[in-house]
Amino acid sequence: MNNSSTNIENPVFSTESLALVHKIMKRYPEGKQKSALIPVLHLAQAEFGGWLSPKVMDYVASLLSIQPIEVYEVASFYTMFNLKPVGKCLIEVCRTSSCWLLGAEDIVHHIERKLNIKEGETTTDGMFTLKTVECLGSCGTAPMMMVGADFHENLTLEKVDDLLEKFRVENKQSRYC
Amino acid sequence: MGKKLLLANDHVPGIQSLDVYSKHGGYAAVEKALKTMTPDALVEEVKTSGLRGRGGAGFPTGMKWSFLAKPEGVPRYLVCNADESEPGTFKDRYLMERIPHLLIEGMIVSSFALGANTSYIYIRGEYFYIVRILEKAIEEAYAAGYLGKNILGTGYDLDLYVHPGAGAYICGEETALIESLEGKRGNPRIKPPFPAVKGLYQCPTVVNNVETIAAVVPIVNMGGAEYAKIGIGRSTGTKLISASGHINKPGVYEIELGVPVEEFIYSEEYCGGIKNGKKLKAVVAGGSSVPILPGELILKTAQGEPRLMSYESLADGGFATGTMLGSGGFIVMDETSSIVKNLWNFTRFYHHESCGQCSPCREGTGWMEKILHRIMDGHGKQSDIDLLWDLQKNIEGKTICPLGDAAAWPVASAIRHFRAEFEAYVNNPGSIKEVRHYYSVNNLQPA
Repeated sequence: MNNSSTNIENPVFSTESLALVHKIMKRYPEGKQKSALIPVLHLAQAEFGGWLSPKVMDYVASLLSIQPIEVYEVASFYTMFNLKPVGKCLIEVCRTSSCWLLGAEDIVHHIERKLNIKEGETTTDGMFTLKTVECLGSCGTAPMMMVGADFHENLTLEKVDDLLEKFRVENKQSRYC
Repeated sequence: MGKKLLLANDHVPGIQSLDVYSKHGGYAAVEKALKTMTPDALVEEVKTSGLRGRGGAGFPTGMKWSFLAKPEGVPRYLVCNADESEPGTFKDRYLMERIPHLLIEGMIVSSFALGANTSYIYIRGEYFYIVRILEKAIEEAYAAGYLGKNILGTGYDLDLYVHPGAGAYICGEETALIESLEGKRGNPRIKPPFPAVKGLYQCPTVVNNVETIAAVVPIVNMGGAEYAKIGIGRSTGTKLISASGHINKPGVYEIELGVPVEEFIYSEEYCGGIKNGKKLKAVVAGGSSVPILPGELILKTAQGEPRLMSYESLADGGFATGTMLGSGGFIVMDETSSIVKNLWNFTRFYHHESCGQCSPCREGTGWMEKILHRIMDGHGKQSDIDLLWDLQKNIEGKTICPLGDAAAWPVASAIRHFRAEFEAYVNNPGSIKEVRHYYSVNNLQPA
């Protein structure tokens, strides 16, 4: 992914991502390339800084030969698509039922204090964004948080501390795919 | 030990690979079905098995398959619903992660039975790491000749793809899932037409849950009649139960349908009893949408019969004293749990996940959340309890899809069985802050 333009003003996929886009489009019947929209938006979000700017969405529309509005309405419906910039490391803590019964609120409060931000905010250095999300299917290993595609489960406050430190040292952009 | 049909080999090292999976009897159902059976015979076999949809609704799978329209020259589709998002449910994740080839094998046999040449597994976007596991398994299946053109020389062609969603509970509803797979917002469609007639790309489509499709494999291997002998009454076969909450051994358990609830909660084979020696207060037996029951009614029916883990026994007494098996998301709450706070948590979920198409659901879920928040804040009024009751009544059955019902039932059941707790909150707001509804991690006091 090194040769991609990370310039979100003029987004262009890397050659290998573009090949992947065309491979994804072939999964659907002739004329139904719009089906590729969600998988391609995931790719775009991962490649262009963790969020979908209007320019990025317009670019995706042109790739799939659909109207920009068809992309906007989808991107704004699904919670995994960020329509505003997020920190390099996006922390998503599950807040539903079993996680909540087993202390998810403690986890959220702890991260808030530790990073000096409130839920939904990004640290001033742009490193972390904290979000709460609905059930991620980790009820048997609660409480949990997702960072990129990784599930961190059976959390304790110590575990959270270690993870935050690890993310800071790794300094990598979290991505789902 | 109960009978295991799906998870018999889940702990075999390397079972994720086609090689090891095949050595343990894997892909025998594909060989048998494609080489020795007709599609119609397969549908009949599934009908005979009595298999019911494992996603939550419990509709007979064989019947659903037999509704599939077969117009000349129009493709048919099988779509696997792996959007598992019902709070308290994590069994499909476990199955796909541990034995991905069981789902792939089920998809091949089921696609053949339905005459589908292209099939999709629609998986929730948050399970991206499982997308990788499934894609690897699919790659192996292509290489082994179980997918692609002319499978096992039978002339049958099948392409199978994994399609990720992007975070929306509503996409577990089959018509919303189809919309999403077409690259649109997940707004459920008005039925009829049903997907069996006009589904994906307006073509005849069957949407089945992961566990349902996996269960087709043992049905083909042992025969529908043998499968129907397992379980109890019309609850045939085995069911994966996701057990969570205040129990000693949370996890995914495959049970033979008909196990007593008491045994499931307290035996060492399953949940291992309530955590920290506390008492049982309530159970949500089938995922957040089904009615919550107090401990005494989950263990025994209103008639005093032992309650069993089956579609019929859990529903015994209707919604007055019973509940539903649902998706098998079994959430246990101990005596320290606050039913009101838990209900607020659920209601916030439904408000967040309402797609916004139908006014009763869009407006009602938000209104209920606000009222519950007010009660928790110590500003609740006696009339709020009745207002909540009226609100849920005006959502139930008045929406395009069942999300409205799913939002209404937890509210109705919480008030029905725990009204006194709501009244205590309203009459003595000071008592609220003393109630701790969850275990603090590391015993740290919340801020």
